[in-house]
Amino acid sequence: MNAGPLTAVTWRRGLAAVPVVGILVLLLLPHFLSTYYLGLVVQMMIFALFAMSLDLLIGYTGMASLGHAAYFGVAAYATGLLALKMGWSVWLALPSGLLIAALTATLFGFLALRTRGSYFLMITLALSQVVWGIAFGWRSLTGGDDGLPEVPRPNLDLPWSLTDETPFYYFVLFCIGVGTFLLIRIISSPFGFALRGIRESETRMLSLGYNVWRYKLAVFVLAATFAGLAGCLYVYYNRFVSPDYLQVVRSAEVLLMVILGGAGTLIGPAIGAALIVLLDNVVSTYTERWLLVLGVIYVVVALFAPRGIIGFVREFRAKKAAP
Amino acid sequence: MSALAVSDVSRNFGGVQALSNVSFEVAPGERRLIIGPNGAGKTTLFNLLSGALAVSGGKVMLFGRDITTLPPYERAHMGLARTFQITNLFPRLTVLENVLLALQATDKSAFSMLARMRTNRQLFHNAESLLQEWGLTAIASRAAREISYGEQRQIDLILAMAMRPKVLLLDEPTAGLSAAEVVRVVGMVRSLPKDMTILMIEHDMDVAFALADRITVLHQGRLIAEGGVAAIRSDPNVSAIYLGAD
Repeated sequence: MNAGPLTAVTWRRGLAAVPVVGILVLLLLPHFLSTYYLGLVVQMMIFALFAMSLDLLIGYTGMASLGHAAYFGVAAYATGLLALKMGWSVWLALPSGLLIAALTATLFGFLALRTRGSYFLMITLALSQVVWGIAFGWRSLTGGDDGLPEVPRPNLDLPWSLTDETPFYYFVLFCIGVGTFLLIRIISSPFGFALRGIRESETRMLSLGYNVWRYKLAVFVLAATFAGLAGCLYVYYNRFVSPDYLQVVRSAEVLLMVILGGAGTLIGPAIGAALIVLLDNVVSTYTERWLLVLGVIYVVVALFAPRGIIGFVREFRAKKAAP
Repeated sequence: MSALAVSDVSRNFGGVQALSNVSFEVAPGERRLIIGPNGAGKTTLFNLLSGALAVSGGKVMLFGRDITTLPPYERAHMGLARTFQITNLFPRLTVLENVLLALQATDKSAFSMLARMRTNRQLFHNAESLLQEWGLTAIASRAAREISYGEQRQIDLILAMAMRPKVLLLDEPTAGLSAAEVVRVVGMVRSLPKDMTILMIEHDMDVAFALADRITVLHQGRLIAEGGVAAIRSDPNVSAIYLGAD
């Protein structure tokens, strides 16, 4: 009897259990972690959603954006301002944040989607800098460089207050869970399948009868909305928002999360995001030169694992499977 | 009514006149072969017909409707399909997925974001039977970039046929194929429904003469001859172009 395929099957069964175990671990985590580490996990989850949203563009549709922080930041500012200055509840402030992110992406999409490849990269970067400029310059509204401090945590009218870390953790876990579920549905839908076709050959898709532009605008707005959800959660977590949120460094960071984890999967960017957040925290206790470390990581990934961690694992397994 | 009517169509790239004032009509169900030496403007003509390029002047009608300014995907929905001279598949998707994408284009669910693509059994069934029909089931789960060139050419053709077009543009489907593969592809073209209108660019004269109802000859962007196989075969202008004699 051949042992090869048998182990492969066991592998696959083992892999099927991973999401279940993962969800269980995430549900039980507050019982094991201190407040500090729980906060770290909250950040990891938020940036995982942010990175997955970008991968919808990069990995699935083949559009590399260098301005994805714009939508994260716009939603964060909208939610923060509405909660802080208007006293809106989370039920109104969070959906408004998502709506603003979607509207911004619709407007920017009309401009950016005329281009492809590196031109798309440059124009998304330029557009995100416009938003950054507004946040930085419009002091009376945004507080400029000082940002907006003391954004209140959401009040859900529950017996638990979200100012405590554990209830807030579950609030974020729920939102990220819904976001991830929707992303999984989108990539396994006919729409998601068409996105992969666009990534592979736009001209063929056009001649098959797909209105490619419509798909691209839709996915651009969708990706921005999910990035917006991450931004809204981040502003509630930090209780603060500043122009840093929509800086180009943030766009580059999330791009690196996607590349490090492996574009074209959802789990890859999530892992990449968790690693970068963890490293950022560890490195920051020793040095302020985080960007330098980030640069080194980028070079190492580009040299040794151009398809990211997921691609590296896959190749390793393929090598093991082939005698 | 003509299936396709091209009137006075021109296209220039900067100062280069790739096509000048080309006019012809193709009847429904006709097999029209387009021949001509390299640089005659054959592929440019196809790009204008499919909408990949805009005309510089002139008009294109599909079953009496003016399609001159329509984008490619709208022409596709009106029943116009094409293949590509340089193989244009979805390289990292499997052969089955390639066919599924072609079939999904005309499916109502194409833009649905929350439906599960995998549960559309009808779509999978159609794709699998299409591959079975052409004896390509064995390569269904292989990535399109990994199959042989001859197989890629066949899949290219199958993607266009999956759309069940009324008018099919074939851009050198036999180019670069072995003799046995040419026979196979010619067989595929022959077996297409008789009411499907086919325009085909072909370099191989034997293939062209064998398949054609009528032949259009292009040379340096101009239409220089049009007629039945016998007439083109005996046309002194045509043989002059091909044999290089004046």
